[in-house]
Amino acid sequence: MRASLSTILIKRGVARRSATTILAQNVVRGRGFCNDSAGSGASSPHNVEKTLDCEESDRMKGRPAQCDIAIVGGGMVGLALACALSSKQLTKQLSVAIIDNNPALRSRNYLKKDNIPDSRVSTVTPGTISFFKEIGAWEHVQQQRHAFFDKMQVWDYTGLGYTRYNARDVGKDYLGCVVENKVLCNSLLLSLLKEDYQPIIYPARLHSMTFQRKSSPDGISIDQEDTIKQNLSGKASSGNNTMQQTQPSNSVKLDLSDGQGLYAKLVVGADGGKSRVRELSGIKTTGWNYSQSAVICTVEHTAENHCAWQRFLPSGPIALLPIGDNYSNIVWTMTPEGASHHKSMSEEDFVKSVNHALDYGYGPHPQSGSLDHYVENLFSGSRFGAQSTKEGFEVPPKVINVVSERMAFPLSLMHAYDYASKRVALIGDAAHTVHPLAGQGVNLGFGDASDLAKIVAEGVLLGADIGELSLLKKYEKERKAANIAMMAILDGFQKAYSVDIGPVNLLRAAAFHGAQYIAPLKRNIISYAMGEQKWPLAL
Amino acid sequence: MALRSLRLPRDLCKTLRLLHRTPLQNPNPYSPYSPSPSVASAYPSLLQWRSRSDAAPQIPIKESGEEGKGGSGSDSFASSLNPAEVAKFAAIAETWWDSEGPFKPLHLLNPSRISFIRSTLCRHFRRDPYSARPLEGLKIIDVGCGGGILSEPLARLGAAVTGIDAVEKNIKIARIHAASDPLTASIEYCCTTAEDLVRLNKQFDATIALEVIEHVADPSDFCRSLGALTAPGGATVISTINRTLRAYATAIVTAEHILNWLPKGTHEWSKFLTPEELVMILRRASFSVEEMAGVFYNPLTGEWSLSDDISVNYIAFGVKQAS
Repeated sequence: MRASLSTILIKRGVARRSATTILAQNVVRGRGFCNDSAGSGASSPHNVEKTLDCEESDRMKGRPAQCDIAIVGGGMVGLALACALSSKQLTKQLSVAIIDNNPALRSRNYLKKDNIPDSRVSTVTPGTISFFKEIGAWEHVQQQRHAFFDKMQVWDYTGLGYTRYNARDVGKDYLGCVVENKVLCNSLLLSLLKEDYQPIIYPARLHSMTFQRKSSPDGISIDQEDTIKQNLSGKASSGNNTMQQTQPSNSVKLDLSDGQGLYAKLVVGADGGKSRVRELSGIKTTGWNYSQSAVICTVEHTAENHCAWQRFLPSGPIALLPIGDNYSNIVWTMTPEGASHHKSMSEEDFVKSVNHALDYGYGPHPQSGSLDHYVENLFSGSRFGAQSTKEGFEVPPKVINVVSERMAFPLSLMHAYDYASKRVALIGDAAHTVHPLAGQGVNLGFGDASDLAKIVAEGVLLGADIGELSLLKKYEKERKAANIAMMAILDGFQKAYSVDIGPVNLLRAAAFHGAQYIAPLKRNIISYAMGEQKWPLAL
Repeated sequence: MALRSLRLPRDLCKTLRLLHRTPLQNPNPYSPYSPSPSVASAYPSLLQWRSRSDAAPQIPIKESGEEGKGGSGSDSFASSLNPAEVAKFAAIAETWWDSEGPFKPLHLLNPSRISFIRSTLCRHFRRDPYSARPLEGLKIIDVGCGGGILSEPLARLGAAVTGIDAVEKNIKIARIHAASDPLTASIEYCCTTAEDLVRLNKQFDATIALEVIEHVADPSDFCRSLGALTAPGGATVISTINRTLRAYATAIVTAEHILNWLPKGTHEWSKFLTPEELVMILRRASFSVEEMAGVFYNPLTGEWSLSDDISVNYIAFGVKQAS
């Protein structure tokens, strides 16, 4: 399977690149294999055929291949990075390997729309959508199931306040789009497999990483150097091949679960919250468990839903997200005990419980009072007006059926101290996991992928070594601040709702009223949540 | 003053020099800072690692012109590296590639210089600036390459790079480091001087000498060597420090005395060239300067960037006339 896969995948673009690197390997080992082209001609197109041979025999002989970037984890964020790299002129010539044993990575077709939607979905923000358009993946999402929503209602169980957001408040057609994770992956994969660009996919897991000596020759003793120098026989012009007797010290060696090895100049950990890359590179994390679990599943209504609903309940928020046709997705945060109970109860009971939670359960419907109208009028001048301030509270559409398996998973917040170390960068959940509250998690991950691709392109532009720490630290600097801001807000929300004390409830209600009736604040919140502005408050 | 620079033994003047020439004595009694070799070797240079070689306190543009006319017998080039100095700085030379180490300022400065070189060379040689390897096929020499901090990026941008440095240790470090990446393994490093290459009739599409000219014995001679090494229609890029009060305050007082970035006495203000002087010297070496930019340090962000302000560090691009 692997052999056939790699044969299919290796086409011109990659083959050319791996030529240079593999040839280098051969030279390193002192074999004459193919090194007639090891000089300056290694990357010229007429070597393609030879290269293919090299690649294959290389695999057969179990010699580690070499690539520029190894992305560990072919999930949404990892694929997005590969896609972003392949779509930029400066980075598309880099050889990229994706290491993941998920069979879904073999898919080459659109997923059918008539199946029941998967319960693992993401709310992608307009910011993410424009990133997907940039890297050519959005057109594939459009061919598969996705659901835009232009309205959002957030309220809480005390009945003291509610907020409705409308895309028209910020002059947009939609606030976001709910897409199944597998559709996002599939779209990214399809956009990756372009005519002139083929990443190599290794269907395996990462087993271990060996960091070579520092890329600076610090560790080399004078004696060694002298030996090398003697080999050079003092003549620079004689010697490219001789010089490569030294180990490639500018790469990391990855050992894969299937016994293969791979050298990479940069290893990207896109392997999720329990990142092996993070562990192997010794990057520490901070975080806490929320002692909450989320129950997720797909439900059915009698009519189509176009609004994202979120209600804060004493045990945590419940969200109802449209996913196309008459289906919606439920993400319900509750205590771990509650979660296992809701997972095991009968479907009828679960439906009843969901409808209860989205309607009169735990407290009354919120009403707007006279004070709200006063505040509304205060800010309803032409400049500050927002359409949705006049919209009344609505009850979400009734759920009639659970159509998927119910899954429960524990929630936690985790943040890596570093996003980058020598030759390693972490993106997505490997760097940070957040409360799934506003569906922001994966959008932060896509932001990471987009920025890392940009930084790598800058490195290529200036002829830098793409695994250089100073370059990767630029990525870290850029992303950390943005991610921490969003994490703190989501964590704050979670904390604000985990207490049920009179005054706190009132404060919370006041915040809701503010968010509902003060239009400038409202627009700000929408823009930030839509991924259009980096900072929460920028007037 | 002029006489004095003329009186210097010819071979001392000509041995460039690029680099590590030892101040055998401190020939400049006016210099407030004695360039003691021990101090000079204890720190890295912000710009590159070398100490000045002799006295000419003012840029002897006219004199060197005369010198040029009379300088036909310049065949007896002699390398005058001081073994003691080489050994001293060898200890620190290995940290060339530690981006957090003593050469950190240079690593930070590098991206700005490369982006200037990249864009000017792309324009001059009509290369696609959006290409990943726009310098493919160009023969470039990096004069005073040190550990190869500039040579390697140029090689990754596609150029066929020759890096020369008068210090053997630098060349060793540079070779070992370049060998670790197939993309840079093709760099030719050579422990030699520009003059020696001139004698070998070597020519390049572009000659680059960053932070070198303020340390050479005679900037005019140096530029003439660059001119001889540059193929007709080729280009040169030179960066240095302006002779302004601000440069004195920044490059000498701040960098050497306050921040200790540079060994005290690394730079001699009087040896700095103003952009006008550089343009003139280059013109004599049959280069016409077509572009110039300031390299500006923002102390708040700790980052260097290109700007219009050429009052301290600046970088110039010149084209060799076809004649």
